[in-house]
Amino acid sequence: MIPRHQTILFIVLLLTSVVMGVVLWQLRERAHQRLVAGQDSAPTRAPEVAPAEQATLFVANDADSSLLAQIQSLPLPLDPGARARAILGKLFDLYAAPDAAHPVPGGAGSVAQVFLLPAQTPNSGPDTGLDTRLDTGPDTRLNRGSRTSKSTASNPGQTNSSQSGPELAVVNLTGSFAASHPSGLETETLTLLSICATLHANLPRVTQVRFLVDGQQRATLAGHADLTRTYLAAEAVPSEGAHP
Amino acid sequence: MPSKLEIRPFSAAFSPAPRICLHLCALAACAAALQLAAQAPLAPAAPQPRFVVVLDAAHGGDDPGGRLSNGQAEKSITLALSVRLRSLLAARGIQVVTTREFDSTVDLNRRAELANHAYAAACLSLHATESGSGVHLFASALAPAQPARFAAWKTAQAAWVTRSLALAGVLNSALLHAGFNVTLGRAALPALDSMACPAVAVEVAPEFASGRDSSHAPAAGLDDPGYQARVAGALAAALLEWRTDAWRMEAARP
Repeated sequence: MIPRHQTILFIVLLLTSVVMGVVLWQLRERAHQRLVAGQDSAPTRAPEVAPAEQATLFVANDADSSLLAQIQSLPLPLDPGARARAILGKLFDLYAAPDAAHPVPGGAGSVAQVFLLPAQTPNSGPDTGLDTRLDTGPDTRLNRGSRTSKSTASNPGQTNSSQSGPELAVVNLTGSFAASHPSGLETETLTLLSICATLHANLPRVTQVRFLVDGQQRATLAGHADLTRTYLAAEAVPSEGAHP
Repeated sequence: MPSKLEIRPFSAAFSPAPRICLHLCALAACAAALQLAAQAPLAPAAPQPRFVVVLDAAHGGDDPGGRLSNGQAEKSITLALSVRLRSLLAARGIQVVTTREFDSTVDLNRRAELANHAYAAACLSLHATESGSGVHLFASALAPAQPARFAAWKTAQAAWVTRSLALAGVLNSALLHAGFNVTLGRAALPALDSMACPAVAVEVAPEFASGRDSSHAPAAGLDDPGYQARVAGALAAALLEWRTDAWRMEAARP
């Protein structure tokens, strides 16, 4: 004979199991519905392939310390930041080629991001009267640039499309690129000048260029060329037959 | 014991014969003085103005610089070149200040401080690289600016860029005359941009017979003592010419 209290306990446990099963079933259904709803909001259209366009690349040559303009055809996105990154990626692919005149390993993946920000004109800010070629207050200006890049990074295209004045390009290089870059004053300077000249040739509104490595300020590229200063892009473009 | 003190003219204190001798002596003294005055322009000139050269052997200590193909570090080559050049300049009577004499870590700001305290007539920042060929000369990429009483540390070189370019021209001529392949350029180098003196970065690369050709071995490597001696000799000759120009400018100054 089963005691009465054990029968009651068994019935309570059975009812509890049934209730828990129902609750679990309902939770499963809700999760399934959330997943289905998420899939509905996902893009269903394949990304468009950008049309191939011509871009001017200023390719460095270690032998005679020169920058040589090359016309390359490559698919370029409409967004200026992505466009700049694609162009620099092509430039770095040339440098990573086995027979490159300016050998630098890394390739297109060496450029993490390119942000385009409104450039500070020499007479518009608190640095008025200081040398326009160099940051005399690097921390101040870098912080200002970092804050701006954070605010525009989420939707750089929208910001860029509303700009019409000169722009500052912030090129974020990867740490592996900087670590593997050959050390030397000439080779590092040529790399930076070729980036500046290429950006200015394809995005004429880019008048100033700054460099970051893994999102951080870095003193030099590979022990020589200064990465803390603002480079004037137009001055990097060589005149016909002249060295930079 | 004299009753009163008699005051007589100095000449009257002597008899006529000694007075004639005194006049003759005075005439001789005047003649000697005139002769000295006439010879004054031919006398040895005033001491030449101070001429100090600062040699900055880049990197050192914890900072090896670039790694060269033979396994050597850039810091060793720059120090060897600095020592050679210092000896050559000292032998020619030029006062030399070096930023390091052995394998030690020297901060970039400290290098510029040493150069600025020396009031140098020329500052050479010595580098070495495996890329390129011959000797690369770089002046600061700063835009020329008027000298100011208080210059910003990071742009102190701006007031000296014109002189630095002139120094680079003299170095270029001497190196070309010595048969080197030379490239001239402008670069942003932190230590150089803080120097308040005519300053040029000298980067020495291996020497190739006819430009850079990776399929051929270099005619002279960076660790070749003969090559280093040739580079140092050409740089010393250029600095001697720079000193002559500086003295000429000093003499022409009113």
